[in-house]
Amino acid sequence: MRLEKRSQSSGLALLLAPVGAVLFTLLVSALLVWWAGAGVAQTYGLLLRGGFGSVFALSETFTRAIPLMLTGLAAAVAFRARLFNIGAEGQLYVGALAAVAVGGLHGGTGFDLPAPLLFGLMLLAAALAGALLLLGPALLKARLGVDEVVTTLLLNFIVLLLVSLMLDGPMKDPTAMGWPQSVALMGELELSKLVAQTRVHSGLLIAAALAVAVWVLMKYTVLGFDIRAVGANARAAAFAGVPVTRTVVLVAMLSGALAGLAGAIEVAGRTSYLTLDMSPGYGYSGIVIAMLAGLHPLGVVAASVFVAGVLVGADSMSRAIGVPTYIADVIVAASLISVLVATLLTQYRVRWK
Amino acid sequence: MTEYFDILANPSFWVAVLRIATPLILGTLGVLLCERAGVLNLGIEGIMVAGAFTGWLAVYSGAPLWGGVAVAALTGALLGGLHALLTVTLALSQHVSGLGITLLATALSYYGYRVSFPKVNTPPTVQPFQEMGWLGIPVLAQQTPLTLLALLLVPLIGYVLYRTPVGLAVRMVGENPQAAEGQGVSVAAVRSGAIVAGSALMGVAGAFLTLSAFNAFFFNMVNGRGWICVALVVFASWRPGKALLGALLFAFFDALQLRLQQSGDALLPYQMYLMLPYVLSIVALVLVARRASYPQALMKPYRKGER
Repeated sequence: MRLEKRSQSSGLALLLAPVGAVLFTLLVSALLVWWAGAGVAQTYGLLLRGGFGSVFALSETFTRAIPLMLTGLAAAVAFRARLFNIGAEGQLYVGALAAVAVGGLHGGTGFDLPAPLLFGLMLLAAALAGALLLLGPALLKARLGVDEVVTTLLLNFIVLLLVSLMLDGPMKDPTAMGWPQSVALMGELELSKLVAQTRVHSGLLIAAALAVAVWVLMKYTVLGFDIRAVGANARAAAFAGVPVTRTVVLVAMLSGALAGLAGAIEVAGRTSYLTLDMSPGYGYSGIVIAMLAGLHPLGVVAASVFVAGVLVGADSMSRAIGVPTYIADVIVAASLISVLVATLLTQYRVRWK
Repeated sequence: MTEYFDILANPSFWVAVLRIATPLILGTLGVLLCERAGVLNLGIEGIMVAGAFTGWLAVYSGAPLWGGVAVAALTGALLGGLHALLTVTLALSQHVSGLGITLLATALSYYGYRVSFPKVNTPPTVQPFQEMGWLGIPVLAQQTPLTLLALLLVPLIGYVLYRTPVGLAVRMVGENPQAAEGQGVSVAAVRSGAIVAGSALMGVAGAFLTLSAFNAFFFNMVNGRGWICVALVVFASWRPGKALLGALLFAFFDALQLRLQQSGDALLPYQMYLMLPYVLSIVALVLVARRASYPQALMKPYRKGER
């Protein structure tokens, strides 16, 4: 078989592709549920209700969607410029580390800043830490041609060990009964709750606003144009006068900053202190979300709510009928692969011969 | 300083180096085969998890040890087949497809483990491969047959790549697929074959963990070893001999940090020692960057008739 580019997009393919992608994902996960010996319809019902079926379920889903939205945006802007940043997990953790370090500068530390100013500095430090962590791999790629995929991946492990080191030593909360966690932020630095009695916090508004800002940047600014040009064809872009190295560096700063903010907002909105298990792979999930969204900043918002809903719903379903929660990761992985294939089939037709 | 000397003079240290290196050798050879044919395979991390799980499960269900290794290789080959379908036949992004396969394979393995063993606190164990005492060569005699297999595969893959028509075809489609097609070589078939074979090796690399290094399946047991292999291939300039060297060097520092940690009076927090292998990988990548001879068509999808 081979692929042939469609001269014009076919309406039927555009309609069938998403339907096919959804059906394929449902089929794969149904087989697994059947293997676990549970009712398929019951499992899907519980999963949907657990993720989206009540105010509480929705509040948990949106809480989980906040860091995913930010890491999704981080991946979307970087991938658009063909800078394959697989290091959002590490950038998230250095962001959180910088946030608790700066957020702790009050009362007796000689930095008696007013809380709003300190909060601003806290977010700035997190964004800067994330940006600087990706700057290294971006410069190595631009100057020496070192593959950024491998360097950003390896940095994730280094950062996690660095966080572990800090939480075991200089930044350890002495009152935490020996647990490796940082001193909790003071109340004034925490983000307010959006709905009483739930965990969903105003970080959701920050993340959504950033998604709109990134969309405007990509669509209406010169930098956005340069990013898309470098991603489409770096050599042609350079020939047309686009400053390629500068664009890659700026994209790296932007992407790293978004992932760093994810860490700070997670600390300020949900946990109030930093632990080693704060992120169950939000950085890696961000890449999946960006791809599901077709690298579109506003699509990232929708995709992160979908993925968060599946994760939250699977937790609740698993508590009820015991199908392992890993079904959520299977659903996300299967939908990623089927969406990629479906998108391709709207642009190409398959010739069997 | 004498502390370091004591560690290095102890044969058990070198036994550990070779043991730690084994999955890295197998995995690095697997990545090398894929990349020589022009395809990045970031699925390795998940394929190693899947190989570790299925190989172990087969032996746990009564298969012989080598049967378990075969099952792990088959699992790897199947996942490699999926990667080939996505990246070669459909010419999708190699990064994203690979990450998708890592996510899928890891999730499926963990799901399968939980479904098969819903309520276990201590992981069930199998009788793993025994040391090859009959070999009579120091250090090597304390290894299992899988280590011997890994060491023998290095010259074998080198021979196939550089001395046989099949190897020539693999290198051609990785360097210049248009020219290969002109010579009558089917780019799609050769690339797919290389991915399937390389992924089978990754599956065996995973099985080494559950059938030789340990005797059970744990969550997070692969723990980034797959990504290290991707880095080692660049360090090795895509050559099997240098890949062996890189894996041994990496294992050397990993074993050293373990010993320094155990020696108790470590000067630095233990996390610093754990960081060392990752930092060294990055340093190695930077050092070889200037003279790295990437396969020219690496990460470039090839569609027949398109330029």
